[in-house]
Amino acid sequence: MSVPLSPRFFAKSQLQLLIDELRHRSYSVVGPTVDQEAIVYGDIQSIEQLPRGWTDEQSPGLYRLKRRDDDAWFGFVVGPHSWKKYLFPPKTTLLSAEKIESGWQFIPRSADKTKFALLGVRACELAAMRIQDQVFLNGPYQDPLYRERRKQLFVIAVNCTQAASTCFCTSMKTGPRCEKGYDLALTEIDSGFLCEVGSERGKEVLDAFVSLARRASEGSSVDSNSTVDNVSTYEAYDATPEQLKSADYARQQAVDQITKHMETSDLPGLLLSNLDHPRWKEVGERCLSCTNCTMVCPTCFCSSVTEVRDLNMDRVERERTWDSCFNPDFSYLGGSLVRNDTASRYRQWLTHKLDGWHAQFGTSGCVGCGRCITWCPVGIDITEEVAAIREGTSP
Amino acid sequence: MTTSPPTLHENPWFTHTVRITNLIDETEGVATYQLVMIDGNSSLAYEFVPGQFNMLYLPGVGESAISMSGDPARKDGWIHTVRVAGNVTKTLARLQRGDTLGMRGPFGAGWPVEDLVGNDVVIVAGGLGMAPLRPLVYHLINHREQFGKIWLILGARTSEGLLYPTEYATWQKRDIEVTLTVDRATAGWNGHVGVVTQLIDRLQLPRPEQTHLMTCGPEVMMKYAAMSGLRLGIDARQIWVSMERNMQCAAGLCGHCQLGPEFICKDGPVVRYDRIRPYLFVEQL
Amino acid sequence: MPRKPRLAVFKFASCDGCQLSLLDAEDELLAICDRVEIAHFAEASSDLQPGPYDVALVEGSITTHEDAERIKRVRADSKFLMTIGACATAGGIQSLRNWGQIDEWVQSVYPSPDFIRTLATSTAIADHVLVDFALHGCPINHHQLVDILVALAEGRQPRVPSHSVCLDCKHRGTVCHVVARGIPCLGPVTQSGCGAICPAYDRGCYGCFGPSQPANTASLVSQFQSQGHSTEKLVPLLRSFNAAAPEFHHASEKLVILGTSSEGRRS
Repeated sequence: MSVPLSPRFFAKSQLQLLIDELRHRSYSVVGPTVDQEAIVYGDIQSIEQLPRGWTDEQSPGLYRLKRRDDDAWFGFVVGPHSWKKYLFPPKTTLLSAEKIESGWQFIPRSADKTKFALLGVRACELAAMRIQDQVFLNGPYQDPLYRERRKQLFVIAVNCTQAASTCFCTSMKTGPRCEKGYDLALTEIDSGFLCEVGSERGKEVLDAFVSLARRASEGSSVDSNSTVDNVSTYEAYDATPEQLKSADYARQQAVDQITKHMETSDLPGLLLSNLDHPRWKEVGERCLSCTNCTMVCPTCFCSSVTEVRDLNMDRVERERTWDSCFNPDFSYLGGSLVRNDTASRYRQWLTHKLDGWHAQFGTSGCVGCGRCITWCPVGIDITEEVAAIREGTSP
Repeated sequence: MTTSPPTLHENPWFTHTVRITNLIDETEGVATYQLVMIDGNSSLAYEFVPGQFNMLYLPGVGESAISMSGDPARKDGWIHTVRVAGNVTKTLARLQRGDTLGMRGPFGAGWPVEDLVGNDVVIVAGGLGMAPLRPLVYHLINHREQFGKIWLILGARTSEGLLYPTEYATWQKRDIEVTLTVDRATAGWNGHVGVVTQLIDRLQLPRPEQTHLMTCGPEVMMKYAAMSGLRLGIDARQIWVSMERNMQCAAGLCGHCQLGPEFICKDGPVVRYDRIRPYLFVEQL
Repeated sequence: MPRKPRLAVFKFASCDGCQLSLLDAEDELLAICDRVEIAHFAEASSDLQPGPYDVALVEGSITTHEDAERIKRVRADSKFLMTIGACATAGGIQSLRNWGQIDEWVQSVYPSPDFIRTLATSTAIADHVLVDFALHGCPINHHQLVDILVALAEGRQPRVPSHSVCLDCKHRGTVCHVVARGIPCLGPVTQSGCGAICPAYDRGCYGCFGPSQPANTASLVSQFQSQGHSTEKLVPLLRSFNAAAPEFHHASEKLVILGTSSEGRRS
């Protein structure tokens, strides 16, 4: 693959042209937007929908949307939504059954044609996608919907330029720098975005965007305030050394702001060898078993299938919905529940995420995004729980 | 490692229409169904390893994971022995010959038949646990010359719970030593009374290092059967148990069936004892 | 084809809303009538046939001596008894009387209190007779009711999800009120069934489907307190339609007992 070595620079407002170009290529562009007092992921048609000038404050069990002092477009970290809702939707029909004269016939769901372009994917989220790829694509069985959507996916990553108190991607070695798994990656500096190319498809879109920008610039009257180094702000050009330096500085800020740490040297192993640790019972008393952590987690993949039928039973659909190991019914077996208290369910979640996952998929199930910490209504902190298990363990 | 048929690899939810062509009442609440795919081509292409299972689907009610209990060499239909337990099996029990339902599979890892070549085999079944072991018995008989001594120890609560009683004589003729035991003797029972482990403990294994133990039954029975096997000198890596957990996707994609790091649906249901031992004795795992 | 199960609907102290949701199930009503024989349903028909019944739906709580006796007869007449709604399942909003002085209230409400004969408490049906299945909600979700009736007619064990409202919020993409706005929302301890309506319309869940399984109210309430929510706010939150459900009842009792001494609560 031939990709330009030097990142391109373009002015912020030109992001609209990139969105237009992707929409022109029949992508549904989705990205961050302010809704319900949080930064969530939704349809993006205009740059006006992006959370310009907004940020988030996060700590265990607490999230607050705040105004920024500046006008940064991506000056926040990750929110309550994760991208998995596009590749592994909360609700999907897997199969339909129809009763005809000769009996039941089964109709597989038809291929999914939705093309998503994700705008604003952070490094930890790229890592989460790689993990879900392992789960849904790289085992003996593939999830057809995930495969179809993943194949057509266009990813515009955004490097973090700040961190929340709940972030620990540096511990999980997933960020904050976006290194792979994107088509284009942006770094925001005061004057605009630096754009790196990560794939042929990314290069193609960027080239089309550049010529679009050039046409836009030719068709508009250039005012003197909007030129930098005699190049119109409507154009994208190779980033200058100063701009590269600003981008490095911006990205370093995210690294410097990360305070949370999870020791991983004894993972896997630590948790599965401490299944009778008293800490499980303690955390079981705080845990609500409400499923929030698993729902916001960008890698959790558990689901259940229910029958959706009309009363006459002529047609039945098998509907898959997100489920959680925190639901008592989840471990239902022959009239009783295998994991019948909250402590055992918390233990299942944590040992799976940080320990068993390695054996199953060759990677940790945690990317250090901190969502489970922020969105736990009672603020249980996964890093503290691991540390507590380790503490009561003889090495 | 599971190797899945191409269709299932691409779409594990792909469901065949099957018709019930035969129905045998085995014991109280247990019946055996012969299922034939409506699409004859799929039927011919369908192969399974003893110990694997299918998901049987009753539209509007749900799916249930049911082990194959027939002869893997036969192509005249897929045999499933089912006990009425939940809503799916209850509804299945009301179906009749000629009715259709859904089936997808085969799923999971079966008994390690390749490993058994040249070795002695102890088979321990408890109650309905005989069902997933019967294909193994058929396989051993079909290739009898490849294997050494074979013991089959079969236990049930009462003699009525002993599955497939009419076949024991045939199996014995093919040089399988069949011993039976019941928890409780009822009228007419002259055999052993007691748990299967007592019979395992009495075995005189001529070459324990070349003996493999395969067991299926209630979890507690399998735990003690495995421990008895270890006492006889069988290596933990040569003991295999068939586990049961809540299975929904059967393909390792839904998360329900996990036990420790294992997905019982795709890493099992037949798992090697040394791998599962650390998790078998933990409450509520 | 086995005979259609005979269905009876009985009302105790309640607003009739849950019975109405059966009548509201317009799309399914005819199909239900194909599967069950409605033998006794005063809200729908004056043709009240005597028992025994295969399935009894019981709405309302027990608030009088007469009802305490009547429910025993209903039980004796019914093979499968199912409570419908918060009143029958947990005692309903009227169980607030359990914390009050019934005589004073009767005096202040009724012009001729002498005519009123009532118990001092409103209690759940399960406090009086064996209940085979409890359908939560104020009011119940009629889709759940229809599913259960169909399951019973088809000889299946009825099941409804017992998980918390949070799961439904997440399916809908609703942002958590507790975390993002500091609103005391009972979603994490409340059973699913409503489809997480309230949080989707910018207010916290007020628990009308009653406690989820499990409902760790102690942990949630202590979190609310640490966020600065007062006892005065939290007790009424816990004491609404399912005030007498054990998990909510104990939590509000504990708040009242400890709350009097927690003026200088953590902030």
